[in-house]
Amino acid sequence: MSAEQTPATPGAPATGGRTVLDARDIARALTRISHEILERNKGPEGLLLLGIHTRGVPLAKRIAERISTVEDHTVAVGSLDVTMYRDDLRSHPTRSPHHTQTPASGIDGKVVVLVDDVLFSGRTIRAALDAVNDLGRPAAVRLAVLVDRGHRELPIRADHVGKNLPSARAERVSVLLDEIDGVDEVRISDAPKSAVKEGVA
Amino acid sequence: MRRHLLSIDDLTVDDIDTLFDTAAEMHDVQNRQVKKLPALRGRTVINLFFEDSTRTRSSFEIAGKWLSADVINISAKGSSASKGESLRDTVLTVCAMGVDGLVIRHGASGAAKQVSEWVDAVVINAGDGMHEHPTQALLDAYTLQRKLGPLEGRHVVIVGDLTHSRVFRSNVLSLRKLGASVTVVAPPTLMPSGIDGWSKDGGFTTSYDLDAVLPDADAVMMLRVQRERMSGGYFPSAREYTVGYGLTRDRLALLKPDAPICHPGPMNRGLEIAADAADAAQSVVLDQVSAGVAVRMSVLYHLMAGEDSSE
Repeated sequence: MSAEQTPATPGAPATGGRTVLDARDIARALTRISHEILERNKGPEGLLLLGIHTRGVPLAKRIAERISTVEDHTVAVGSLDVTMYRDDLRSHPTRSPHHTQTPASGIDGKVVVLVDDVLFSGRTIRAALDAVNDLGRPAAVRLAVLVDRGHRELPIRADHVGKNLPSARAERVSVLLDEIDGVDEVRISDAPKSAVKEGVA
Repeated sequence: MRRHLLSIDDLTVDDIDTLFDTAAEMHDVQNRQVKKLPALRGRTVINLFFEDSTRTRSSFEIAGKWLSADVINISAKGSSASKGESLRDTVLTVCAMGVDGLVIRHGASGAAKQVSEWVDAVVINAGDGMHEHPTQALLDAYTLQRKLGPLEGRHVVIVGDLTHSRVFRSNVLSLRKLGASVTVVAPPTLMPSGIDGWSKDGGFTTSYDLDAVLPDADAVMMLRVQRERMSGGYFPSAREYTVGYGLTRDRLALLKPDAPICHPGPMNRGLEIAADAADAAQSVVLDQVSAGVAVRMSVLYHLMAGEDSSE
């Protein structure tokens, strides 16, 4: 969940900055990620795409649609909320958890692909790995992100990356998605002073 | 959301919606193999119970443990309170051990509020005298909402010993906040004095005639008749109470077939509720119990997981 990279008010368009990826770039990146996932897994069998709230959820759905089109085989999609597993719970006002949805058959033995919009400090993914651990024992866990902006604080890397985006730590990367924000776009801008102080995601 | 949960009046409608949304997520955790969330890891909750309780105490205990808090139970029996220690000293002693949350039940109305003024810990009222029992009201409303959908415009009938019931007081407040219409039914001796003024302000109606009210109910809540009241001259005999105000088999037939029947427990079968009603398909008594854990997890989470507002 990349609340820190996205506008404070969900749905509010980011102002200023420059566009790094437009709608067509995003579509191409997702198509490539879909093919990479299939290649790596040698087909769609046993795959479960788990989108991390908020913007990982529509991304996971889009990847699943692409895989279904290519392979003529539906892929299980779910959503994962990591709020309760975050290491910074105590330094923010309480946030309400979102819905975690996994197939009724569970995640045991599945190849879980975590999907998120931005990979930054890696702390969200650390929380997601803990959350997955409480849900069951997948055969493998992989990570797909639309944007990797660097500045990792934990030994975590993505298996599938839409775009590597070198950024200064203080800059702000906003992923806007049609399902939530009404437009597909990735923007980078100078962070407001307050956000610089907050530091990391 | 305020720092403590002492009364339903501490909550806005938005707060209640937030608590219910989170409770629904917590409900899913109950069906998992690993029933554990790390949100309150390293935090300590004390259940301080000066009155007997099984379900409320164990419900809070499970809720705290599933959120990974350390939960300690202290009951007045066998504690220093029975050696004559004052409430203030007991509470301050407990909190000096380094407690983050205090769940308190006490026989005196207003005890939880008083305690909240003495300590730094988050205080949750688990029943104070004849005043309030907010988490019970929340779990009742949550259970009804899951069965009926939004409670706006629904008609809920509450029946029983209204004079001594904190459950009734909290329930009227929460149901009215959520837009339900409420009718409370009791024998004249168990109708609180001054209820006419309150019902006018609070927007609910009163009745002495259960049979007249039941056919229109979308849900009915039976309150426990506290046996210790029997000797108080509030009603002539148990049988008489049942005839007038018990949910008997005959009255069950008056109720809409899909209207949920609630009871906060423990039930006196054959007194305020017949076995036919308690075990009917529309009885939600056990749903209330499982909802109780989810709602209390939600309350503990929202009051204790985030940034400490006092810091």
